[in-house]
Amino acid sequence: MIEIMLTLALTLYGIAIAISVIRTIIGPSLPDRIVALDMIGVMLVSCIAIISVSYGTKAFLEVILILAILAFISTIAFSKYIERGTIIDSRRDD
Amino acid sequence: MTVDGTIEFIAALLMLSGAVMALLSAIGIMRFPDVYTRSHAGTKSSTLAVLLTLLGAFIHFASDQGFYSVRLLLGIVFVFLTAPVAGHVIIRAAYRANVKMSDTTIEDELKGVLQQVKQDAEADRTETGEIMSEDKKEELKHQEE
Repeated sequence: MIEIMLTLALTLYGIAIAISVIRTIIGPSLPDRIVALDMIGVMLVSCIAIISVSYGTKAFLEVILILAILAFISTIAFSKYIERGTIIDSRRDD
Repeated sequence: MTVDGTIEFIAALLMLSGAVMALLSAIGIMRFPDVYTRSHAGTKSSTLAVLLTLLGAFIHFASDQGFYSVRLLLGIVFVFLTAPVAGHVIIRAAYRANVKMSDTTIEDELKGVLQQVKQDAEADRTETGEIMSEDKKEELKHQEE
């Protein structure tokens, strides 16, 4: 019963990620794509949680933190790039 | 059903409802008309999905192995702190980059304010792009007069 529910949850996450990938490909503007990419990163976090539950191991739990941090940092970097055209500012007067 | 079985069932149910939330937010990101509305689906409901799923995993590990994982709780807190910030920052960048709104948008209150801010910032700078001091501004005013 629980196995079936976990498999179903993983399947639903897979469908959701596939839909987000479609949005990443067709997204009319760059922010559209980045919103979808951010969502994919956040969903991968929960996929890893479900996989580690269904394997019954604690070894994957570090991956959750790393993935969450990477998704956040990459979104911030992309939005800086959209706003200014550079990622690391060297101008000091603002 | 034993107590342990019930708790594990609840944990699996939490994870399943998180997956349903994720699917709903994916449908939202597909169906909404422009990037500003899509960010609602992309940040809010997927944050709830992650919260439900990680909480289910936490409960499962706590009842199954007697292991209270701090990493899962930290993951919940981190996603809850950063997902709204990331959504806000990306949408602010999209607005500044003049991404088009959908045709059904009725009002854009920020438009006039942003132009005013831009004009003020340009008034503070010289032709080479440096910020002027107050004295220099006064000088320029006198010269114009």
